[in-house]
Amino acid sequence: MINDTLYRRKYLIGGIAVVVVLVYIIRLFLLQIIDQSTKAKADNNAQLRQTIYPSRGLIYDRNGELLVANQPIYEVTMIVREMKQEPFDTLGLCKALNISRDSFDIRMQNMTNRKKNRGYSQFSPQIFMPNLNQEEIAQLQQEKYKYPGVDIRIRTLRDYTYPIASHILGNVGEVNHNDIERDNYYSIGDYSGRDGIERTYEKELRGTKGVKVFMRDSRGRIQGSYQQGQLDQDAQAGTDLHLSLDRKTQQLAEELMQNKIGSIVAIEPKTGEIIAMVSAPNWNPSQLVGKERSENYQQLLHDVHKPLMNRATQAQYSPGSTFKILQALAGLQEGVITPRTQYVCNGQGSKPIRCTHDHGSPVDLEEGIEQSCNPYFWSMYRDLLQQDGYSDGNAEFKQHYQTWREHIMSFGLGNKFDDTDISEQAKGAIPSVGLYDKIYGKKGWKAITIRSLSIGQGEILVTPLQLANQTAAIANKGYYITPHLNRNDSMKSRIHHTTIDEKHFDVVHRGMARVMSDGTGRFYNIPELQICGKTGTVQNPHGEDHALFIGFAPQDNPQIAIAVAVENAGFGSTWACPIATLIIEQYLSGEIKRNWLYERMINANLINNEE
Amino acid sequence: MRNNRSIISGIDWWTIVLFLAIALFGWLNIYGSSYSFDQTSIWDFSNRAGKQLVWLATAVVMGGIILMIEEKAYDVLGYIFYGVMILLLIITPVFARDIKGSLSWLTIGPISLQPAEFAKCFTAIAIAKYMSRYGYKVRDLRDLTVPFLLMGVPMLIIMVAQRETGSALVFISFLLAFYRQGMTGYVLSWGVASILLFILVIRFGEVTLPFGMGNLGILISTTLIHTIVLGLLIGKEKDLRSAIIMALGVVACYGIGLLVNIWIAVNFNYVAIASLAYVVIYLFLQAVKQRKSSMGWIVGFVMVSTLLCQGCDFAFHKILQPHQRIRIEVLLGMKDDPHGAGYNVNQSLIAIGSGQTTGKGFLQGTQTKLKFVPEQDTDFIFCTVGEEWGFIGSAGLLLLYLALILRVIYIAERQRDKFSMIYAYCVAGILLFHVTINIGMVLGLLPVIGIPLPFFSYGGSSLWGFTILLAIMLRLDAARVNKMQG
Repeated sequence: MINDTLYRRKYLIGGIAVVVVLVYIIRLFLLQIIDQSTKAKADNNAQLRQTIYPSRGLIYDRNGELLVANQPIYEVTMIVREMKQEPFDTLGLCKALNISRDSFDIRMQNMTNRKKNRGYSQFSPQIFMPNLNQEEIAQLQQEKYKYPGVDIRIRTLRDYTYPIASHILGNVGEVNHNDIERDNYYSIGDYSGRDGIERTYEKELRGTKGVKVFMRDSRGRIQGSYQQGQLDQDAQAGTDLHLSLDRKTQQLAEELMQNKIGSIVAIEPKTGEIIAMVSAPNWNPSQLVGKERSENYQQLLHDVHKPLMNRATQAQYSPGSTFKILQALAGLQEGVITPRTQYVCNGQGSKPIRCTHDHGSPVDLEEGIEQSCNPYFWSMYRDLLQQDGYSDGNAEFKQHYQTWREHIMSFGLGNKFDDTDISEQAKGAIPSVGLYDKIYGKKGWKAITIRSLSIGQGEILVTPLQLANQTAAIANKGYYITPHLNRNDSMKSRIHHTTIDEKHFDVVHRGMARVMSDGTGRFYNIPELQICGKTGTVQNPHGEDHALFIGFAPQDNPQIAIAVAVENAGFGSTWACPIATLIIEQYLSGEIKRNWLYERMINANLINNEE
Repeated sequence: MRNNRSIISGIDWWTIVLFLAIALFGWLNIYGSSYSFDQTSIWDFSNRAGKQLVWLATAVVMGGIILMIEEKAYDVLGYIFYGVMILLLIITPVFARDIKGSLSWLTIGPISLQPAEFAKCFTAIAIAKYMSRYGYKVRDLRDLTVPFLLMGVPMLIIMVAQRETGSALVFISFLLAFYRQGMTGYVLSWGVASILLFILVIRFGEVTLPFGMGNLGILISTTLIHTIVLGLLIGKEKDLRSAIIMALGVVACYGIGLLVNIWIAVNFNYVAIASLAYVVIYLFLQAVKQRKSSMGWIVGFVMVSTLLCQGCDFAFHKILQPHQRIRIEVLLGMKDDPHGAGYNVNQSLIAIGSGQTTGKGFLQGTQTKLKFVPEQDTDFIFCTVGEEWGFIGSAGLLLLYLALILRVIYIAERQRDKFSMIYAYCVAGILLFHVTINIGMVLGLLPVIGIPLPFFSYGGSSLWGFTILLAIMLRLDAARVNKMQG
């Protein structure tokens, strides 16, 4: 042995080696097994994920006519890291894109600012200029190779075949941060359906994004497909939609409503399918596509006539005289009247409600409907509510009111349709016992207090959609199918029965037919189409009365039920009725013979009647 | 003349097996990290993996030849080898082309060699020869003057003339051999203490204390020195009285400093120096009085440490080059720069971490394939191991190195003659230093110092250098068996 006293030192030297290796193994353990974040970082380094956008589902009308298609749009993207690799010809790019150097710098700042562009990364393609058309991109397309990191991406925008149905279709716009947080399908720059059918059927229409994963080296250069394309996924195009709309009818309805405020809803009673739905004023859906979108949208948003509101489903009116049909049915069902029951009418001198039409007295139900006789319906309503005596606010009175209310609501009034694909709706209102108790006190109201209800005025409110649906239920003699827009939808089968027996409807139908043959609608009747209808004029405290009309045809096999509301138009018989009959004529016979009426309607401007 | 058969029977096959295992695993990883996806043949000698295969084959042949050379040659020719090597180191920068600021490469025809990689081996021989002289014994540091010179000269040439800091620092590893031969353990402690002080001074140097009390770095390092001295006095010298007097003196220094500071602003750096000066003077007097040389060592420690602390700041800001300074600042967490100086280490950690338990599989590492990790087949090759072979592979490789180092220490200890033993310890030290620094750097635990992983990193010079280093040791060890027989 060389030196025994120093012999122990080998343990220290060996010990150092053991400790170092031990420390390093612990470090490896923490790094490789405990810390899970590095795997994602490595993938993020090596993978360039290029999204492949699916084409959005097309939208057709009920006859297979194409309403909404797609058009290509281009956007310029940049991978900033790649642009830094070699001298970059910024001025050349500005020239190719036809923008100034200042505009380039501003766009660059906005793109690279994480506050404005939260998903910014210098390693992934970022949108530099969106919404360019074929012409604007042509120059860059030719010389793209000169600008490393710059790419052109194709997206699709909506392309509308006809300038119609803006409220129904809705539109497609860029997603916001809320959308991205709610649904991780979206990322910045994606589009999604806004409003209308585009929103309701967003999941079906959007399809599934595909992805192509490229391998990228440390200098940002693409090194081919990642793992031979194992992670790649094809995009799946969205599902096409077949709407129940009839393009021709819809287009006619929109023409008739031009320069007017109001709405039209037409339903096929047997199926609940919406044939046409118009809210006026409206806009050309192409206005909300592409570059002009935001400017046009702001304009619509600030328009005094509130075009963005879908009046067909969101405007609420008192139903006026159109309500008398439901009143009659409630009376028949409760046995208060029979088709032969007569009431006295004192014309202008009637109390408490005067009659607005000249006719004989007494009148039975059919004539009461034909002449829209206010005293008839007041008397009937009073009898209905006071079957068990006159005393104020007694239990029986309120019970009868409640029963009446249930009959009315069974036609789909006073509530939103919850089993439909129409997104924006107003509830309407059929006043409850509780509401009147609150207004007048528990014992403070009786039949005469709420007499306005008998003729569809007062606290009662309906939407045009509800009006049309209620008309479909009348046409169907006691049931309706929730109105909807998608023809392939299983919602078709949702049937709702009213509380009125089928036998009570015939007399009402006859009354409505007489409205058209001899009553308020007689000037616009087309006898061979067997139209049944009822006009209504709704008192409007803010200006001219609103004109309403409900109707269906043909009487013995109803194909179409319709409701028309024209705001500030005066009598329902002057405006709403002719518009409705033109639409019925178009839908049932495929053409319009009464050109004079058509001309008069489309040329009428009722929008400036407002004070 | 002994026959070669007895040499073969005397060879330490464990070492050979470990060497081959590491070298072949290394080659696989070089193949992996220089592999690109459009590559077709493994046997393409124009690429790095192909070249390395040639280096490996020639290294094995060279090792075989060395095993057949009479071991006396090293003892006899040791100084001549050393002298030739020093000359070679000096002329290298003259002829060398500048490669990334380093002047360490000699190009002869198609081959480029780094003489510094061979310098370790010949310095080890020279040191072993000197320290195995008849009658030589390490009693105190004066006896180590010549070994220190033998170690320091090539170190200085490589650092200053060739600008290869990493390769120069490797020579520090000879201290382990000196230590085994009797150098006082204080030197190693000092080494550790100076690194610690350096880190403290730099790390906290930018933190300013309230009341004009200077910076936190100086305060902490001064306090640390005082604490170590107190510990040594109480623990080692068992001199409680001196310890108390010393402590009171230090407290008094600071007390006076604080008191004066109320009226006149005091530079607390001077207070720290004063307190240390007091300790030096007091302990020196005690050492003389008690005639205790060990107390002299403590005085030396305080003086060197004080100089170090004061010099650190200067060295850090004035001597170190900017890129080296940033590496240290990033490592100490003073600067965060994942795209600049920290980029290599950051990417290296991502590569290793993403390998997880079992790795991504051979040739499947994206970090290394797509060149996110720079120097991935040389200094940062351990990343490829981490990424493609996972925890199992990388911990396994560490254990292989540990086994090899412990085996070399075992071999050193079984030597009958001092020359062989000292040489073997030099080998153990060099291997330990390389593995520690290289993997510590890749794991982000040590600053980035570019030295290769033995037998593993791409590069002919380093592979040849290490193979020669190991082969000579094996030959010396095999001869030991023969001596026993003879």
